[in-house]
Amino acid sequence: MLSRTAENLYWLARYVERAEYIARTIDATLRVTALPATYIGKTNEWESALLTAGVSASFYDVYQEANEQNVVEYLAFSPSNPSSIKNCIEAARLNSRSVRTALTSEMWDTINSAWIELGELWGKGTSSREELARFLRFVQETSLRFDGSAYRTMLRNDAYWFSRLGLHLERADNTARILDVKYHVLLPEEEHVGGPLDYYQWTSILRSVSALTAYHWVYRETLKPWLIADLLILNDTLPRSLASCYSNLVRNLDQIGVAYGRQGASQRHARGVRNRLEHSHMDDIFQHGVHEFIQEFIADNARLGEIITRQYLI
Amino acid sequence: MAVAFDEMNGPGGELRPAYRELSRWLKETPPDALEYRRQEAELLFRRIGITFAVYGDAEAQERLIPFDVIPRIMSAKEWTVLEKGLKQRVRALNMFLRDIYHGRDILRANIVPDDLIFQNPVFRPEMNGQSVPHDVYVHIAGIDIVRVDADNFIVLEDNARTPSGVSYMLENREIMMRLFPDLFARHRVAPVERYPDELLSALRSVAPLSASAEPTVALMTPGVYNSAYYEHSFLADKLGIELVEGRDLIVKNDEVFMRTTEGLKRVDVIYRRVDDDFLDPLTFRPDSALGVPGLMSAYAAGNVTLANAVGTGIADDKAIYSYMPEIVKFYLGEEPILKNVPTWRCREPKDLAYVLDNLSDLVVKEVHGSGGYGMLIGPAATKATIEAFRDKLKREPEGFIAQPTLALSTCPTCTASGLAPRHVDLRPFVLTGSKHVTIVPGGLTRVALKEGSLVVNSSQGGGTKDTWILDE
Repeated sequence: MLSRTAENLYWLARYVERAEYIARTIDATLRVTALPATYIGKTNEWESALLTAGVSASFYDVYQEANEQNVVEYLAFSPSNPSSIKNCIEAARLNSRSVRTALTSEMWDTINSAWIELGELWGKGTSSREELARFLRFVQETSLRFDGSAYRTMLRNDAYWFSRLGLHLERADNTARILDVKYHVLLPEEEHVGGPLDYYQWTSILRSVSALTAYHWVYRETLKPWLIADLLILNDTLPRSLASCYSNLVRNLDQIGVAYGRQGASQRHARGVRNRLEHSHMDDIFQHGVHEFIQEFIADNARLGEIITRQYLI
Repeated sequence: MAVAFDEMNGPGGELRPAYRELSRWLKETPPDALEYRRQEAELLFRRIGITFAVYGDAEAQERLIPFDVIPRIMSAKEWTVLEKGLKQRVRALNMFLRDIYHGRDILRANIVPDDLIFQNPVFRPEMNGQSVPHDVYVHIAGIDIVRVDADNFIVLEDNARTPSGVSYMLENREIMMRLFPDLFARHRVAPVERYPDELLSALRSVAPLSASAEPTVALMTPGVYNSAYYEHSFLADKLGIELVEGRDLIVKNDEVFMRTTEGLKRVDVIYRRVDDDFLDPLTFRPDSALGVPGLMSAYAAGNVTLANAVGTGIADDKAIYSYMPEIVKFYLGEEPILKNVPTWRCREPKDLAYVLDNLSDLVVKEVHGSGGYGMLIGPAATKATIEAFRDKLKREPEGFIAQPTLALSTCPTCTASGLAPRHVDLRPFVLTGSKHVTIVPGGLTRVALKEGSLVVNSSQGGGTKDTWILDE
């Protein structure tokens, strides 16, 4: 297939995934900030929402204060934030238009309808919490529909695999970013002095990766920070964990390699990252520092993106 | 201006046979049912994303072309004449192009004046002596036809460069079949759906000699921001070929390749929807970012076929248009089946004098214009507009031609105040491959939605209709 087509499919999936992630981040932040201050302490949750979205620096070019109104506007609707939900959906639509021939009509319909709704219903942003909630649901549903129609209707060929690469690479990046911002509340067992304050932070983390219920099913325990870290980093059964993203990345890259009869740098790099995750234990990770581990992962993940681009997309 | 010929209700108000069933059906169908389906059609168009862009209109970067649900119907007999005339005309266009870029017999015979060719910006000296596979220059032609009475079809324009609109012909039919199955059941409408197959086989048939037995065809688009982008992606999809942009292609050793995820892959035939000027920055406009450096040298080496060929603009130029009846006779030795609109060439002093004296009765067009822009419709223009145009015309008479205002035929059309006649034209698409000239029965009918308006261009308030050729 054309390199540009593969590139567009890859980015299309990334933009949709990113839009959903930002929507989840806003949603989780709204819940935590709705609690009385005694439960969440003095941290500015809106500031940390900006950090998890990776747009903290550019935010302050436009705004003075990280409060609810400003941050929601910037993350959801601002044209000057390249990763705003609005820009993600618009970029997704533009990418879809460029590769219409590679999309199934169901996928196109999802993106095109979302883009039309965005313009017609959400062009002016939202004016109440209820509206915002409805908007965030719309974004999450769009992503689910898109993902579902890709899964159900696409031929299992390189077009599908490149689209999946974008999805998992973006997802891994998003999960890692939350961990990067929140690592300070995730402490190993012996150091932990729990209070209500941390408890709501943990729920918030799990919520932003839609893993709150999953946690209980996996561990059958009250929330424990080290288990949360274990779930998000090493547990292969959670679709948004780093380990799961890398199993998928390795598999999709292998499928491409087999179809093209050739392996390359991206296959090797992805396997390297996956092996490291497979052979890690939470104890070791805590010992060497969660923060360092996550930062290294973010760099490795970005590097995989570059390698894929060089190997296939240009 | 004469009273327009209505295609449903003839000159005496009698129902014409092709419209018999439709008329009966319209009487049975309540008006709000029609309106409901019109809205449904619009919804479908928007969801599929069949849009076109209007340049310079920031509000509506993508817009729907209004679709009128009342079909335009022609009998098999009418179509047979039209089809014969179209094939004849396109054959002549191809022979004319071959001649202009080779022996130039027609210039030596003094049928077309030299300066109309050599001083014409759309003449491409790069094509002199360059041969193209099977001498086909215009693989895809969109010939604009109007009708003025029961018997006469007149060619308004020959589009021999990158004619668009065929996606509407195909999608209009899809949507009509979805919305009006009952109406189809009552007619025998000739299908149009084989167009993509015929286009693909025409394109494959003109692959260069150096191509493999299974030549690779690609459709080249200027990109998502082009007004016809939807059509480009639609066709690529239907043909099952790659939709490429200039940046996807690279020329090496005079061969054209596309960049794929598995490395470079040779391309043999390019159905290009990019204008000549933007094809190759090394040969044409150096500022073109849409093109492929070296494409013209691969073309000259005969390693790639461009469809349509480079330099076809010289055949559909409005100044050449007036010579088409002579051109048909010169190459084919036949009388032209399709007539031309009588045309005054303002470059000729006698004609200019007549045009200046009769501006308020004539349509004056720029020789190089398109899309209905820059023209004067005398009978509809104010005095001031006419006078301003007169100055323009005197300054540069060779830039204009003039024609009488034609009483374009009308068809019943949905309007705010119920069904009413509106003026229409027709663009059938003529395909030329190595052996055959083919036309799917039908084309794109454009309709001027404003009462009395003769401008059918989509950029200026025109709409489209499905065109039915009855199979008898």
